[in-house]
Amino acid sequence: MSLAEKYPKEIRQILAKYPPEHKRSAVMPLLHLAQLQEGHVDRHAMQEIAALLEITETEIASIIGFYTLYHDKPEGKLRIQVCTDLPCALRGADKFLADLCGKLGIQPGETTPDGLVTVEAVMCLAACDKAPMFQTQGTNGIEYHEHMTVEKTMELIDGFKKNDGEVK
Amino acid sequence: MTHVLLRHRDIPNINTIDVYKKNGGFEAFKNAVIKMKPEEVTNVVKNSGLRGRGGAGFPTGMKWQFMDNKNWPHYVVANADESEPGTFKDREIMEQNPFQFLEGVALASYAVGANAAYVYLRGEFWQVAKFLDEKIAEMEEAGFLGDKLFGTDYSLRIYTHLGAGAYICGEETALLESIEGKRGQPRVRPPFPPSFGLYGKPTVVNNVETLTNVPLILSKGADWYKSIGTADSAGVKIFSLSGRVKKPGNYELPFGKTFRDLIYGEGGGIIDDRPIKAIMPAGASSSLIVADDKALDTILDYASVRTLGADLGSASVIVIDDTVSIEWVISKTIHFFKHESCGKCTPCREGNHWMLSVVNRIEHHHNPEDVELLLNVAKQMQGKCLCALGEFATMAVVTGIERFPQDFKA
Repeated sequence: MSLAEKYPKEIRQILAKYPPEHKRSAVMPLLHLAQLQEGHVDRHAMQEIAALLEITETEIASIIGFYTLYHDKPEGKLRIQVCTDLPCALRGADKFLADLCGKLGIQPGETTPDGLVTVEAVMCLAACDKAPMFQTQGTNGIEYHEHMTVEKTMELIDGFKKNDGEVK
Repeated sequence: MTHVLLRHRDIPNINTIDVYKKNGGFEAFKNAVIKMKPEEVTNVVKNSGLRGRGGAGFPTGMKWQFMDNKNWPHYVVANADESEPGTFKDREIMEQNPFQFLEGVALASYAVGANAAYVYLRGEFWQVAKFLDEKIAEMEEAGFLGDKLFGTDYSLRIYTHLGAGAYICGEETALLESIEGKRGQPRVRPPFPPSFGLYGKPTVVNNVETLTNVPLILSKGADWYKSIGTADSAGVKIFSLSGRVKKPGNYELPFGKTFRDLIYGEGGGIIDDRPIKAIMPAGASSSLIVADDKALDTILDYASVRTLGADLGSASVIVIDDTVSIEWVISKTIHFFKHESCGKCTPCREGNHWMLSVVNRIEHHHNPEDVELLLNVAKQMQGKCLCALGEFATMAVVTGIERFPQDFKA
Protein backbone atom coordinates (compact mmCIF):
# COMPACT_ATOMS: atom_id res chain seq x y z
CA MET A 1 0.00 0.00 0.00
CA SER A 2 1.34 3.45 -0.84
CA LEU A 3 1.91 6.14 1.77
CA ALA A 4 -0.79 8.26 0.16
CA GLU A 5 -3.30 5.44 0.65
CA LYS A 6 -2.19 4.64 4.17
CA TYR A 7 -1.68 8.13 5.59
CA PRO A 8 -3.73 10.67 3.58
CA LYS A 9 -4.57 12.86 6.60
CA GLU A 10 -1.05 12.84 8.05
CA ILE A 11 0.50 13.77 4.71
CA ARG A 12 -1.92 16.70 4.31
CA GLN A 13 -1.07 17.93 7.81
CA ILE A 14 2.66 17.69 7.18
CA LEU A 15 2.50 19.59 3.89
CA ALA A 16 0.39 22.34 5.51
CA LYS A 17 3.27 23.22 7.85
CA TYR A 18 5.46 24.67 5.10
CA PRO A 19 5.01 27.33 2.39
CA PRO A 20 3.74 25.55 -0.77
CA GLU A 21 6.78 26.76 -2.75
CA HIS A 22 9.04 25.05 -0.18
CA LYS A 23 7.35 21.67 0.05
CA ARG A 24 10.74 19.96 0.08
CA SER A 25 10.75 20.84 3.81
CA ALA A 26 8.28 17.99 4.27
CA VAL A 27 10.90 15.37 3.42
CA MET A 28 12.00 14.68 7.01
CA PRO A 29 8.53 14.28 8.54
CA LEU A 30 7.49 12.13 5.55
CA LEU A 31 10.50 9.87 6.06
CA HIS A 32 9.60 9.51 9.75
CA LEU A 33 6.08 8.55 8.67
CA ALA A 34 7.30 6.07 6.04
CA GLN A 35 9.54 4.38 8.57
CA LEU A 36 6.84 3.79 11.20
CA GLN A 37 5.38 0.54 9.90
CA GLU A 38 8.39 -1.36 8.63
CA GLY A 39 11.15 0.15 10.72
CA HIS A 40 13.02 1.27 7.60
CA VAL A 41 12.35 3.29 4.47
CA ASP A 42 11.96 1.00 1.48
CA ARG A 43 12.52 1.79 -2.16
CA HIS A 44 8.82 2.32 -2.91
CA ALA A 45 8.45 4.90 -0.14
CA MET A 46 11.55 6.71 -1.38
CA GLN A 47 10.14 6.86 -4.89
CA GLU A 48 6.79 8.06 -3.66
CA ILE A 49 8.24 10.83 -1.48
CA ALA A 50 10.57 11.91 -4.28
CA ALA A 51 7.66 12.20 -6.71
CA LEU A 52 5.46 14.04 -4.19
CA LEU A 53 8.12 16.63 -3.36
CA GLU A 54 9.61 16.81 -6.87
CA ILE A 55 13.14 15.96 -5.78
CA THR A 56 15.32 13.07 -6.88
CA GLU A 57 15.57 9.69 -5.19
CA THR A 58 19.29 10.31 -4.83
CA GLU A 59 18.57 13.35 -2.70
CA ILE A 60 16.22 11.32 -0.52
CA ALA A 61 18.88 8.61 -0.15
CA SER A 62 21.47 11.20 0.87
CA ILE A 63 19.13 12.46 3.60
CA ILE A 64 18.50 8.92 4.87
CA GLY A 65 22.24 8.37 4.92
CA PHE A 66 23.02 11.62 6.74
CA TYR A 67 20.59 11.35 9.67
CA THR A 68 21.11 8.46 12.08
CA LEU A 69 17.43 7.82 12.87
CA TYR A 70 16.59 6.84 9.30
CA HIS A 71 17.33 3.33 8.13
CA ASP A 72 17.31 1.94 4.61
CA LYS A 73 17.67 -1.70 5.67
CA PRO A 74 15.48 -3.82 7.91
CA GLU A 75 16.88 -4.72 11.34
CA GLY A 76 15.23 -5.90 14.56
CA LYS A 77 11.60 -4.83 14.98
CA LEU A 78 12.68 -3.08 18.14
CA ARG A 79 15.87 -1.07 18.18
CA ILE A 80 17.34 -0.47 21.62
CA GLN A 81 19.68 2.49 21.31
CA VAL A 82 21.86 2.93 24.36
CA CYS A 83 23.61 6.23 24.98
CA THR A 84 27.28 5.56 25.79
CA ASP A 85 28.57 9.11 25.52
CA LEU A 86 30.76 10.66 28.19
CA PRO A 87 28.16 11.73 30.83
CA CYS A 88 26.27 8.41 30.60
CA ALA A 89 29.54 6.44 30.53
CA LEU A 90 30.57 8.19 33.77
CA ARG A 91 27.46 6.61 35.28
CA GLY A 92 27.90 3.07 34.05
CA ALA A 93 26.48 3.07 30.50
CA ASP A 94 29.32 1.07 28.93
CA LYS A 95 28.90 -1.72 31.47
CA PHE A 96 25.12 -1.66 31.04
CA LEU A 97 25.48 -2.06 27.27
CA ALA A 98 28.00 -4.91 27.65
CA ASP A 99 25.84 -6.71 30.23
CA LEU A 100 22.68 -6.32 28.14
CA CYS A 101 24.39 -7.63 25.02
CA GLY A 102 25.85 -10.50 27.06
CA LYS A 103 22.40 -11.41 28.32
CA LEU A 104 21.02 -11.38 24.76
CA GLY A 105 24.04 -13.21 23.33
CA ILE A 106 24.82 -10.54 20.75
CA GLN A 107 27.41 -7.83 20.16
CA PRO A 108 26.50 -4.11 20.04
CA GLY A 109 25.11 -3.39 16.58
CA GLU A 110 23.73 -6.91 16.17
CA THR A 111 20.21 -8.33 16.09
CA THR A 112 18.92 -11.29 18.10
CA PRO A 113 18.58 -14.50 16.01
CA ASP A 114 14.76 -14.26 16.11
CA GLY A 115 15.07 -10.92 14.31
CA LEU A 116 13.21 -9.03 17.03
CA VAL A 117 15.73 -6.90 18.90
CA THR A 118 18.70 -4.86 17.70
CA VAL A 119 20.96 -3.28 20.32
CA GLU A 120 23.06 -0.30 19.30
CA ALA A 121 25.34 2.22 21.00
CA VAL A 122 24.28 5.74 20.03
CA MET A 123 25.39 9.30 20.65
CA CYS A 124 24.11 11.55 23.44
CA LEU A 125 20.32 11.48 23.97
CA ALA A 126 20.11 14.46 26.36
CA ALA A 127 19.22 12.45 29.45
CA CYS A 128 22.65 12.46 31.12
CA ASP A 129 21.27 12.66 34.67
CA LYS A 130 19.17 9.51 34.19
CA ALA A 131 21.83 7.06 32.96
CA PRO A 132 21.94 4.23 32.15
CA MET A 133 19.26 5.03 29.59
CA PHE A 134 18.25 4.19 26.05
CA GLN A 135 15.61 4.98 23.49
CA THR A 136 13.57 2.42 21.65
CA GLN A 137 12.80 2.92 18.00
CA GLY A 138 9.95 0.81 16.72
CA THR A 139 6.41 0.96 15.43
CA ASN A 140 5.42 3.40 18.20
CA GLY A 141 8.01 5.88 17.09
CA ILE A 142 10.69 6.75 19.62
CA GLU A 143 10.44 6.37 23.39
CA TYR A 144 12.86 7.07 26.22
CA HIS A 145 13.64 4.57 28.98
CA GLU A 146 15.63 6.08 31.84
CA HIS A 147 17.34 4.80 35.01
CA MET A 148 17.50 1.37 33.39
CA THR A 149 18.88 -1.94 34.56
CA VAL A 150 19.46 -5.12 32.56
CA GLU A 151 16.55 -6.76 34.45
CA LYS A 152 14.12 -3.95 33.60
CA THR A 153 15.27 -4.06 29.98
CA MET A 154 14.71 -7.81 29.75
CA GLU A 155 11.17 -7.29 31.11
CA LEU A 156 10.58 -4.67 28.44
CA ILE A 157 11.81 -7.05 25.73
CA ASP A 158 9.58 -9.87 27.06
CA GLY A 159 6.59 -7.53 27.05
CA PHE A 160 7.45 -6.50 23.52
CA LYS A 161 7.47 -10.14 22.39
CA LYS A 162 4.16 -10.90 24.12
CA ASN A 163 2.46 -7.84 22.68
CA ASP A 164 3.34 -8.64 19.08
CA GLY A 165 5.86 -5.93 18.67
CA GLU A 166 4.30 -3.17 20.78
CA VAL A 167 6.35 -1.60 23.57
CA LYS A 168 4.20 -1.57 26.69
CA MET B 1 14.17 32.06 45.41
CA THR B 2 11.33 30.83 43.26
CA HIS B 3 12.15 29.60 39.79
CA VAL B 4 11.98 31.79 36.71
CA LEU B 5 12.29 28.96 34.16
CA LEU B 6 11.69 25.68 35.99
CA ARG B 7 8.45 27.08 37.44
CA HIS B 8 6.84 23.63 37.41
CA ARG B 9 8.92 22.92 40.50
CA ASP B 10 6.98 25.65 42.36
CA ILE B 11 3.60 25.46 40.59
CA PRO B 12 2.13 21.97 40.07
CA ASN B 13 0.51 21.29 36.67
CA ILE B 14 1.78 24.48 35.05
CA ASN B 15 1.99 22.39 31.89
CA THR B 16 -1.81 22.59 31.64
CA ILE B 17 -3.19 25.69 29.97
CA ASP B 18 -5.60 26.58 32.81
CA VAL B 19 -2.93 26.55 35.49
CA TYR B 20 -0.57 28.48 33.24
CA LYS B 21 -3.24 31.13 32.61
CA LYS B 22 -4.09 31.37 36.32
CA ASN B 23 -0.45 32.18 36.99
CA GLY B 24 -0.34 35.11 34.60
CA GLY B 25 0.23 33.06 31.47
CA PHE B 26 -0.13 34.79 28.08
CA GLU B 27 -0.69 38.19 29.75
CA ALA B 28 2.69 39.41 28.49
CA PHE B 29 1.95 38.28 24.94
CA LYS B 30 -1.55 39.73 24.92
CA ASN B 31 -0.34 43.02 26.37
CA ALA B 32 2.50 43.23 23.83
CA VAL B 33 0.27 42.57 20.82
CA ILE B 34 -2.43 45.00 21.95
CA LYS B 35 -0.40 47.78 23.54
CA MET B 36 3.23 47.64 22.44
CA LYS B 37 5.07 48.27 19.22
CA PRO B 38 7.28 45.35 18.13
CA GLU B 39 10.46 47.39 18.65
CA GLU B 40 9.37 48.19 22.21
CA VAL B 41 9.31 44.46 22.97
CA THR B 42 12.80 44.10 21.52
CA ASN B 43 14.02 47.03 23.61
CA VAL B 44 12.79 45.50 26.86
CA VAL B 45 14.61 42.24 26.04
CA LYS B 46 17.73 44.17 25.03
CA ASN B 47 17.71 46.23 28.24
CA SER B 48 17.26 43.11 30.36
CA GLY B 49 20.75 41.94 29.40
CA LEU B 50 19.45 38.50 28.34
CA ARG B 51 22.09 36.54 26.44
CA GLY B 52 21.61 33.39 24.35
CA ARG B 53 21.50 30.25 26.49
CA GLY B 54 22.36 27.76 23.75
CA GLY B 55 26.07 28.24 24.25
CA ALA B 56 27.27 31.33 22.41
CA GLY B 57 25.90 33.86 24.91
CA PHE B 58 25.05 36.44 22.24
CA PRO B 59 22.82 39.34 23.43
CA THR B 60 19.27 38.31 22.48
CA GLY B 61 17.74 41.76 21.95
CA MET B 62 20.62 42.74 19.69
CA LYS B 63 20.08 39.64 17.56
CA TRP B 64 16.42 40.63 17.12
CA GLN B 65 17.46 44.16 16.12
CA PHE B 66 19.64 42.76 13.33
CA MET B 67 16.58 41.51 11.41
CA ASP B 68 16.55 42.97 7.91
CA ASN B 69 13.36 45.02 7.63
CA LYS B 70 13.63 45.40 3.86
CA ASN B 71 13.20 41.68 3.24
CA TRP B 72 10.00 39.81 4.18
CA PRO B 73 8.55 37.52 5.46
CA HIS B 74 10.41 37.04 8.74
CA TYR B 75 10.69 33.79 10.65
CA VAL B 76 11.44 32.75 14.22
CA VAL B 77 13.02 29.36 14.85
CA ALA B 78 13.37 27.86 18.32
CA ASN B 79 16.44 25.67 18.59
CA ALA B 80 15.36 22.56 20.52
CA ASP B 81 18.05 20.33 19.03
CA GLU B 82 19.70 19.88 22.45
CA SER B 83 22.43 17.40 21.50
CA GLU B 84 25.54 18.48 23.40
CA PRO B 85 26.65 15.61 25.64
CA GLY B 86 25.87 16.88 29.13
CA THR B 87 22.92 19.13 28.18
CA PHE B 88 19.39 18.11 29.16
CA LYS B 89 17.64 21.31 30.21
CA ASP B 90 15.46 22.15 27.20
CA ARG B 91 13.60 18.86 27.34
CA GLU B 92 12.60 19.50 30.96
CA ILE B 93 11.36 22.99 30.02
CA MET B 94 9.32 21.73 27.06
CA GLU B 95 7.80 18.82 28.96
CA GLN B 96 7.10 20.60 32.22
CA ASN B 97 6.69 24.30 31.41
CA PRO B 98 5.76 24.24 27.71
CA PHE B 99 3.46 27.26 27.61
CA GLN B 100 6.06 29.64 29.01
CA PHE B 101 8.42 28.49 26.26
CA LEU B 102 5.73 28.81 23.57
CA GLU B 103 4.75 32.25 24.87
CA GLY B 104 8.42 33.19 24.52
CA VAL B 105 8.33 32.01 20.90
CA ALA B 106 5.19 34.09 20.37
CA LEU B 107 6.75 37.22 21.91
CA ALA B 108 9.90 36.85 19.81
CA SER B 109 7.73 36.41 16.72
CA TYR B 110 5.72 39.55 17.48
CA ALA B 111 8.92 41.51 18.17
CA VAL B 112 10.41 40.70 14.77
CA GLY B 113 7.15 40.66 12.80
CA ALA B 114 7.11 36.92 12.07
CA ASN B 115 3.78 35.25 11.30
CA ALA B 116 5.25 31.74 11.34
CA ALA B 117 7.61 30.15 13.82
CA TYR B 118 9.18 26.69 13.83
CA VAL B 119 10.34 24.67 16.82
CA TYR B 120 13.16 22.44 15.60
CA LEU B 121 13.42 19.43 17.91
CA ARG B 122 16.03 16.71 17.65
CA GLY B 123 14.41 13.58 16.21
CA GLU B 124 14.85 11.69 19.47
CA PHE B 125 12.38 14.15 21.08
CA TRP B 126 9.55 12.44 19.15
CA GLN B 127 7.30 12.31 22.22
CA VAL B 128 8.12 15.90 23.17
CA ALA B 129 7.14 17.07 19.69
CA LYS B 130 3.81 15.23 19.93
CA PHE B 131 3.24 16.84 23.33
CA LEU B 132 4.09 20.34 22.02
CA ASP B 133 1.73 19.81 19.06
CA GLU B 134 -1.08 19.23 21.56
CA LYS B 135 -0.12 22.36 23.51
CA ILE B 136 0.02 24.44 20.34
CA ALA B 137 -3.46 23.19 19.39
CA GLU B 138 -4.74 24.20 22.84
CA MET B 139 -3.28 27.68 22.38
CA GLU B 140 -5.00 27.99 18.99
CA GLU B 141 -8.28 26.93 20.51
CA ALA B 142 -7.90 29.46 23.32
CA GLY B 143 -7.17 32.27 20.86
CA PHE B 144 -3.48 32.77 21.67
CA LEU B 145 -2.34 31.58 18.23
CA GLY B 146 -4.02 31.97 14.85
CA ASP B 147 -5.38 34.83 12.74
CA LYS B 148 -6.06 38.37 13.95
CA LEU B 149 -5.01 37.80 17.52
CA PHE B 150 -6.80 39.74 20.27
CA GLY B 151 -8.70 41.73 17.63
CA THR B 152 -5.55 43.12 15.99
CA ASP B 153 -4.13 42.46 12.53
CA TYR B 154 -1.35 40.28 13.92
CA SER B 155 -1.42 36.56 13.05
CA LEU B 156 0.90 33.82 14.23
CA ARG B 157 1.26 30.08 13.81
CA ILE B 158 3.82 27.83 15.49
CA TYR B 159 4.89 24.51 13.96
CA THR B 160 7.14 21.73 15.23
CA HIS B 161 9.75 20.16 12.97
CA LEU B 162 11.54 16.96 13.97
CA GLY B 163 15.15 16.34 13.10
CA ALA B 164 16.44 12.81 12.77
CA GLY B 165 19.66 12.40 14.70
CA ALA B 166 22.48 14.83 13.90
CA TYR B 167 24.35 16.92 16.50
CA ILE B 168 25.37 19.39 13.82
CA CYS B 169 21.76 20.54 13.41
CA GLY B 170 22.16 22.47 16.66
CA GLU B 171 24.36 24.83 14.65
CA GLU B 172 21.90 27.46 13.49
CA THR B 173 22.55 27.42 9.74
CA ALA B 174 22.70 23.59 9.61
CA LEU B 175 19.40 23.63 11.47
CA LEU B 176 17.88 25.92 8.81
CA GLU B 177 19.17 23.65 6.03
CA SER B 178 17.52 20.75 7.84
CA ILE B 179 14.13 22.51 7.99
CA GLU B 180 14.52 23.17 4.27
CA GLY B 181 14.66 19.41 3.77
CA LYS B 182 18.38 19.05 3.20
CA ARG B 183 21.30 17.38 4.89
CA GLY B 184 22.20 19.45 7.93
CA GLN B 185 25.44 21.05 6.83
CA PRO B 186 26.38 24.56 7.99
CA ARG B 187 26.33 27.50 5.60
CA VAL B 188 29.10 30.01 5.14
CA ARG B 189 28.51 32.94 7.51
CA PRO B 190 28.10 35.85 6.91
CA PRO B 191 25.37 36.37 5.86
CA PHE B 192 23.89 35.53 9.27
CA PRO B 193 20.30 34.31 9.69
CA PRO B 194 18.84 37.75 10.59
CA SER B 195 19.60 38.77 7.00
CA PHE B 196 19.58 35.37 5.22
CA GLY B 197 17.88 32.62 7.18
CA LEU B 198 15.08 30.14 6.55
CA TYR B 199 14.21 30.04 2.82
CA GLY B 200 16.67 32.91 2.42
CA LYS B 201 14.50 35.19 4.58
CA PRO B 202 15.46 37.06 7.78
CA THR B 203 15.26 34.64 10.68
CA VAL B 204 15.87 34.74 14.41
CA VAL B 205 17.18 31.46 15.83
CA ASN B 206 17.01 31.28 19.64
CA ASN B 207 17.54 28.46 22.11
CA VAL B 208 14.55 27.10 24.09
CA GLU B 209 15.87 28.35 27.45
CA THR B 210 16.55 31.82 26.03
CA LEU B 211 12.97 32.15 24.80
CA THR B 212 11.52 30.80 28.05
CA ASN B 213 13.01 33.82 29.87
CA VAL B 214 11.14 36.29 27.68
CA PRO B 215 7.55 36.20 29.07
CA LEU B 216 8.65 37.05 32.63
CA ILE B 217 11.05 39.72 31.37
CA LEU B 218 8.13 41.36 29.60
CA SER B 219 5.77 41.13 32.57
CA LYS B 220 8.24 42.05 35.32
CA GLY B 221 10.48 44.40 33.38
CA ALA B 222 14.09 44.62 32.22
CA ASP B 223 15.29 46.07 35.54
CA TRP B 224 13.88 43.13 37.49
CA TYR B 225 15.78 40.67 35.28
CA LYS B 226 18.98 42.69 35.39
CA SER B 227 18.81 42.81 39.17
CA ILE B 228 19.35 39.01 39.20
CA GLY B 229 22.79 37.58 38.44
CA THR B 230 26.04 39.47 37.94
CA ALA B 231 27.03 42.65 36.10
CA ASP B 232 28.47 40.50 33.29
CA SER B 233 25.68 37.96 33.07
CA ALA B 234 22.13 39.02 33.90
CA GLY B 235 19.43 36.69 35.14
CA VAL B 236 19.21 33.00 35.83
CA LYS B 237 20.68 29.95 34.11
CA ILE B 238 19.79 26.29 34.17
CA PHE B 239 22.88 24.23 34.97
CA SER B 240 22.70 20.63 33.74
CA LEU B 241 24.88 18.78 36.24
CA SER B 242 26.09 15.30 35.28
CA GLY B 243 28.93 12.86 35.74
CA ARG B 244 30.39 11.68 39.03
CA VAL B 245 28.10 13.64 41.39
CA LYS B 246 25.63 12.26 43.90
CA LYS B 247 22.64 14.23 42.63
CA PRO B 248 22.83 14.90 38.89
CA GLY B 249 20.06 17.00 37.41
CA ASN B 250 18.99 20.47 36.31
CA TYR B 251 19.52 23.32 38.73
CA GLU B 252 18.28 26.82 38.03
CA LEU B 253 20.56 29.34 39.70
CA PRO B 254 21.18 33.06 39.37
CA PHE B 255 24.53 33.78 37.75
CA GLY B 256 27.08 34.42 40.48
CA LYS B 257 27.12 31.18 42.44
CA THR B 258 30.34 29.15 42.37
CA PHE B 259 31.25 25.73 40.98
CA ARG B 260 31.49 24.62 44.61
CA ASP B 261 27.90 25.75 45.30
CA LEU B 262 26.71 23.81 42.27
CA ILE B 263 28.71 20.61 42.67
CA TYR B 264 28.86 20.23 46.46
CA GLY B 265 25.73 22.20 47.38
CA GLU B 266 23.09 21.34 44.78
CA GLY B 267 24.82 18.21 43.50
CA GLY B 268 25.56 16.76 46.95
CA GLY B 269 29.27 16.27 46.22
CA ILE B 270 31.17 13.48 44.52
CA ILE B 271 30.05 9.82 44.48
CA ASP B 272 31.64 7.93 47.42
CA ASP B 273 33.13 11.29 48.49
CA ARG B 274 36.08 10.78 46.16
CA PRO B 275 38.32 13.73 45.26
CA ILE B 276 37.13 15.80 42.31
CA LYS B 277 39.59 15.93 39.42
CA ALA B 278 38.23 17.89 36.47
CA ILE B 279 35.23 19.91 35.32
CA MET B 280 33.83 20.34 31.83
CA PRO B 281 31.55 23.39 32.15
CA ALA B 282 30.08 23.29 28.64
CA GLY B 283 29.54 19.64 27.81
CA ALA B 284 31.73 17.52 25.57
CA SER B 285 32.83 20.56 23.55
CA SER B 286 34.26 22.11 26.67
CA SER B 287 37.81 22.69 27.77
CA LEU B 288 38.83 20.56 30.73
CA ILE B 289 39.37 22.58 33.91
CA VAL B 290 41.64 21.33 36.71
CA ALA B 291 39.22 21.22 39.66
CA ASP B 292 41.40 22.89 42.29
CA ASP B 293 40.16 25.30 44.97
CA LYS B 294 40.61 28.29 42.68
CA ALA B 295 38.37 26.70 40.06
CA LEU B 296 35.78 25.56 42.59
CA ASP B 297 35.54 29.07 44.02
CA THR B 298 35.17 30.66 40.59
CA ILE B 299 31.90 32.44 39.94
CA LEU B 300 29.54 30.95 37.40
CA ASP B 301 29.08 33.64 34.81
CA TYR B 302 30.33 34.03 31.25
CA ALA B 303 33.33 36.27 32.04
CA SER B 304 34.55 34.50 35.20
CA VAL B 305 34.61 31.00 33.69
CA ARG B 306 36.71 32.39 30.85
CA THR B 307 39.47 33.25 33.37
CA LEU B 308 39.88 29.48 33.84
CA GLY B 309 40.57 28.97 30.14
CA ALA B 310 37.11 27.60 29.35
CA ASP B 311 33.70 28.79 28.27
CA LEU B 312 30.49 28.46 30.25
CA GLY B 313 28.63 27.71 27.01
CA SER B 314 25.32 26.01 27.66
CA ALA B 315 26.34 25.40 31.31
CA SER B 316 26.34 21.61 30.98
CA VAL B 317 28.66 20.81 33.83
CA ILE B 318 30.24 17.35 33.58
CA VAL B 319 32.07 16.38 36.76
CA ILE B 320 35.03 13.99 36.67
CA ASP B 321 36.56 12.40 39.77
CA ASP B 322 39.90 10.73 40.47
CA THR B 323 38.69 7.30 39.35
CA VAL B 324 38.57 8.54 35.74
CA SER B 325 41.48 8.85 33.33
CA ILE B 326 41.51 11.98 31.17
CA GLU B 327 42.88 9.86 28.32
CA TRP B 328 39.61 7.89 28.44
CA VAL B 329 37.61 11.13 28.62
CA ILE B 330 39.10 12.46 25.42
CA SER B 331 38.69 9.12 23.66
CA LYS B 332 34.97 9.50 24.41
CA THR B 333 34.77 13.09 23.14
CA ILE B 334 36.79 12.28 20.01
CA HIS B 335 34.55 9.30 19.28
CA PHE B 336 31.53 11.61 19.56
CA PHE B 337 32.84 14.36 17.29
CA LYS B 338 34.18 11.89 14.72
CA HIS B 339 30.64 10.50 14.49
CA GLU B 340 29.01 13.94 14.34
CA SER B 341 31.30 15.78 11.93
CA CYS B 342 29.05 16.59 8.96
CA GLY B 343 31.87 16.09 6.46
CA LYS B 344 31.71 19.50 4.82
CA CYS B 345 35.06 20.95 5.95
CA THR B 346 38.17 18.87 5.36
CA PRO B 347 40.05 19.77 8.59
CA CYS B 348 37.11 18.60 10.73
CA ARG B 349 36.23 15.52 8.69
CA GLU B 350 39.81 14.27 8.33
CA GLY B 351 41.10 15.64 11.62
CA ASN B 352 38.49 13.81 13.66
CA HIS B 353 39.16 10.62 11.72
CA TRP B 354 42.89 10.81 12.51
CA MET B 355 42.37 11.86 16.12
CA LEU B 356 40.25 8.76 16.64
CA SER B 357 42.86 6.50 15.04
CA VAL B 358 45.64 7.98 17.17
CA VAL B 359 43.72 7.94 20.45
CA ASN B 360 42.75 4.30 19.85
CA ARG B 361 46.42 3.50 19.36
CA ILE B 362 47.37 5.40 22.54
CA GLU B 363 44.88 3.34 24.51
CA HIS B 364 46.74 0.19 23.52
CA HIS B 365 50.38 1.35 23.48
CA HIS B 366 51.47 4.43 25.38
CA ASN B 367 53.86 5.98 22.92
CA PRO B 368 54.75 9.60 23.88
CA GLU B 369 55.15 10.44 20.20
CA ASP B 370 51.52 9.55 19.61
CA VAL B 371 50.40 11.98 22.31
CA GLU B 372 52.41 14.69 20.54
CA LEU B 373 50.87 13.64 17.23
CA LEU B 374 47.36 13.85 18.67
CA LEU B 375 48.00 17.33 20.03
CA ASN B 376 49.47 18.34 16.69
CA VAL B 377 46.45 17.12 14.69
CA ALA B 378 44.05 18.87 17.10
CA LYS B 379 45.87 22.18 16.83
CA GLN B 380 45.92 21.97 13.05
CA MET B 381 42.13 21.72 13.02
CA GLN B 382 41.62 24.89 15.05
CA GLY B 383 40.38 28.00 13.27
CA LYS B 384 39.96 26.27 9.93
CA CYS B 385 36.30 25.19 9.78
CA LEU B 386 33.06 26.89 8.80
CA CYS B 387 31.31 26.16 12.09
CA ALA B 388 32.35 25.60 15.68
CA LEU B 389 32.25 21.78 15.57
CA GLY B 390 35.78 21.57 14.20
CA GLU B 391 36.87 23.75 17.12
CA PHE B 392 34.78 21.95 19.74
CA ALA B 393 36.28 18.59 18.79
CA THR B 394 39.73 19.81 19.82
CA MET B 395 38.95 21.55 23.13
CA ALA B 396 39.05 18.55 25.47
CA VAL B 397 41.94 17.02 23.53
CA VAL B 398 44.24 20.03 23.76
CA THR B 399 43.36 21.04 27.32
CA GLY B 400 43.33 17.41 28.47
CA ILE B 401 46.85 16.75 27.23
CA GLU B 402 48.21 20.13 28.36
CA ARG B 403 46.53 20.31 31.78
CA PHE B 404 46.61 16.59 32.75
CA PRO B 405 49.93 15.36 31.28
CA GLN B 406 50.27 12.65 33.97
CA ASP B 407 47.23 10.88 32.48
CA PHE B 408 48.98 10.36 29.16
CA LYS B 409 52.00 8.48 30.48
CA ALA B 410 52.36 4.72 30.39
